Amino acid sequence: MPTVDQAVALGLTAAEYALIVEQIGREPNEVELAVFSLMWSEHCAYKHSKKLLRSLPTEGPRLALGPGENAGAVDVGDGWVVAFKVESHNHPSAVEPFQGAATGVGGILRDIFAIGARPIAVLDSLRFGEPTSARSRYLLEHAVGGIGHYGNSIGVPTIGGELYFEGPYEQNCLVNAMALGLARGDALIRSAATGIGNVLVLFGASTGRDGIGGASVLASAELGEADADKRPTVQVGDPFAEKKVMECSLELLEHGLLVALQDLGAAGLSSSSAEMASKGEVGLDIDVAKVPLREAGMEPWEIMVSESQERMLCVVEPARLDEVLAICAKWEVNGDAIGSVTDTRALRVFVGDELAGDMPVPALVDDCPLYDLVVQPPAAGLYPAPVRTLEHDVSDPGVTLLALLAAPNIASRLPLFQQYDCIVQSRTIRRPEQADAAVLALPEAPRGIAISIDGSGRRVACDPYTGAIEVVLECTANLACAGAEPLGLTNCLNFGNPEKPHIAWQLTEAIRGLGDACRGLDVPVVGGNVSLYNESGDGPIYPTPVVGMVGELPDVARAGRSGFGRAGDAVALAGPFTPSLPGSELAKLRGDELPVGLPEIDIAAVRAAQEAIRDAVRGGELTSAHDVSEGGLLVAVAECCLAGGLGATLTVQPGEDMITTLFGESPGRGFVVSGSEEALRALGERVALTVLGEVSGDALRVTCGGEPIALSLDELRAAHGALAPLFP
Amino acid sequence: MKFGVVRFPGSCDEVDAVLACERVPGASAQLLWHGDPDLHGVEAVVVPGGFSYGDYLRVGAIARFSPVMESVIRFAREGGLVLGICNGFQVLCEAGLLPGALLPNVGLRFVCRQVDVEVVRARLPFTSDMADGELLSIPVKHTTGRYYAPPEVLESMTAHGQIVLQYAHDGNPNGSSNDIAGVSNAAGNVFGLMPHPEHAVDRLTGSADGLKIFTSMAHAHG
Repeated sequence: MPTVDQAVALGLTAAEYALIVEQIGREPNEVELAVFSLMWSEHCAYKHSKKLLRSLPTEGPRLALGPGENAGAVDVGDGWVVAFKVESHNHPSAVEPFQGAATGVGGILRDIFAIGARPIAVLDSLRFGEPTSARSRYLLEHAVGGIGHYGNSIGVPTIGGELYFEGPYEQNCLVNAMALGLARGDALIRSAATGIGNVLVLFGASTGRDGIGGASVLASAELGEADADKRPTVQVGDPFAEKKVMECSLELLEHGLLVALQDLGAAGLSSSSAEMASKGEVGLDIDVAKVPLREAGMEPWEIMVSESQERMLCVVEPARLDEVLAICAKWEVNGDAIGSVTDTRALRVFVGDELAGDMPVPALVDDCPLYDLVVQPPAAGLYPAPVRTLEHDVSDPGVTLLALLAAPNIASRLPLFQQYDCIVQSRTIRRPEQADAAVLALPEAPRGIAISIDGSGRRVACDPYTGAIEVVLECTANLACAGAEPLGLTNCLNFGNPEKPHIAWQLTEAIRGLGDACRGLDVPVVGGNVSLYNESGDGPIYPTPVVGMVGELPDVARAGRSGFGRAGDAVALAGPFTPSLPGSELAKLRGDELPVGLPEIDIAAVRAAQEAIRDAVRGGELTSAHDVSEGGLLVAVAECCLAGGLGATLTVQPGEDMITTLFGESPGRGFVVSGSEEALRALGERVALTVLGEVSGDALRVTCGGEPIALSLDELRAAHGALAPLFP
Repeated sequence: MKFGVVRFPGSCDEVDAVLACERVPGASAQLLWHGDPDLHGVEAVVVPGGFSYGDYLRVGAIARFSPVMESVIRFAREGGLVLGICNGFQVLCEAGLLPGALLPNVGLRFVCRQVDVEVVRARLPFTSDMADGELLSIPVKHTTGRYYAPPEVLESMTAHGQIVLQYAHDGNPNGSSNDIAGVSNAAGNVFGLMPHPEHAVDRLTGSADGLKIFTSMAHAHG
């Protein structure tokens, strides 16, 4: 019999162990303790975040599937829905970046096809320490390699993503992967096991000893010294196996052979079976002797908690079992009837005829205690000032512009993106860096969707409430520049240890900001993921809510572009743009302390401005639209020049402070647009707009008070290509 | 024209290839399952991109032994039109239908980008809708796309007009010998290329230049 000490070693508290004993009326045996320790882990039970998450808005007119299933979905018209979700794979990636990132992609793809949607795109959100660190470069290279290896091999395009380098991610990198899928609205399948006597079929890869304890030992604890020893808790991915499982799942669904479908992710068979039984309000009997294994001699508890990848669990009517197994055979994947649906409301584990574990499903899924957070704003700044990297003062705006363009957080991401297949499936209308959001065509052309993923942790660290609002507005600004209206949001909340009051405060404030932003924009949260305990000996990561959004556009032929496209076009700055330097990229390069608080945001005013931009893009009135984000106005203009291969000649009023005007930030609120003078005049009737000059030549020339800046496209391009040496 | 597109476990671009074939006026396309040796009367075969059988032994090495490939090899030897794209090119080389081999890119990384390729030999069944020297904008996406053949083979290929496409503008993405992007067999009825013409069939998604390969095939068939 296990002891309390063993329970604590598996991540449970002594009080939680006592509660388990009370729930089942006896001491748990080895199998039961293994299952409970995972089901009651932070990763599976959301015990520190569930209460807060309930405050997020989850209703909307276009919602097709809300939180609670493997992924959420929105209605995109003509009977189609787009399913999407973002999920973290941070700690596995910090320990083993290639497999950690690869299986992060694999896991989120399974979530998508588990609801019956064909995966159509992947995006990823990455955070590392500064690229001056060898560890960061190692993590970056291998995480990018893992993402590419999995996504490229499985035939799902990686269409975008984002990447930031900041000191607080040095030990604890973040790897969040988002996937989208397309399905007929009436073909979505749920995960609730139903029909007493129905058969439980496990299909896909065989089960091995990889990933044991991943959800509890690795994902729900802080990183520390002995992490190399945790490598065996990282799963190993096989995209070829997943490709077959995916096609097999979709073919099973196409033939209407399944009652319910669920992927095996964190906590493997334990979590997938318990969740299916819970949702269907039934019991399940599982015979682990029928599970195909990779190695002999695995213990029953190991089979129950293994996180071996590329496996699915489904419920099948007995009369359809042979057809199901035949399709598994066609795709050359294992298919085994391993159990049945019962009316016991218990998850019972058998080895042949011998009962090895008997656990009430409600105790596993519903009775994990939920904790109230002890919330306390930090008395002093939590994070050290960034290390100054600017080699000169900022008074020369031309030199400062080049330094910003070469900054790791601003430089072109193409050296990464070119390692990903962004075009397979023939839907990609806008590839990375052609527009602020990726754009995909839907089956019934000319309609399409735009997708963006965003999350500046440093600004959330300055002000978790306002910073989280900015993250959402940055994302909708990107959609607006592509011409898309937001339909739904998924989020991945990457935070430190919530048992610490100041981290609890960050989490609470950020969720409040997310909720206010979503309500202000009338966008529902369709689902998401929480990753806590992102801390190491060096302290917590920046609080990093990552937001992924899907928007729709009526005609992909009019999808926006970020680059200038026509010499002679007028160039303007539009929107309620009120730049400030504290918390900006330039402030970081100068080594400034993070400010406490960010300027307040009028969400309604920003929404109106973004709608005006979106309408102008959709109407085909603008040649280009690009939101002003990291680096401020001048960086945004330079990016428009580089994306379009055209220069510009502009005059900017210096305002109170020239440096703030040129390089200050106001995320989601400013847009560099180009088009005919009439088009810009019309846009100016809906939103504050200042004409700055025109598209011309092959250099960026800007007059702002003093000496004019003149930089050739080649000079800008050389600076912007600063990340290329990271991938020699 | 009835196109057949082979589907191996691990194929990724087979549906894209079907969509591209179906853009040719009057053409139809169907998938050919790897385990079925019957070619179902198709008049041209496309071996598509992807990672057939996971490419685990060596790219294209296992696919070449599949039942459908036995039939495709016979079809090619009898003069049927066979187009291999990316992994399909690798499979055709492994099957001995095309000379040379594809090696890992010089950068050892996957590379996905739009490239310009120059038509070196028009008037093949795959290039008849193009002119010599014409530039096509087509994307590449691969890790193992560096074309290699021994010098004497390259010489013979040049002499027989088997070098069909070359990367232009110093844009060789993988270090291929002689900037080779696509080659044919001596008879001219088998053609393999690393760029993906099926991903260049619509200006909305970047370029329509690749469609000319499919229309050429249909015209050659008559």
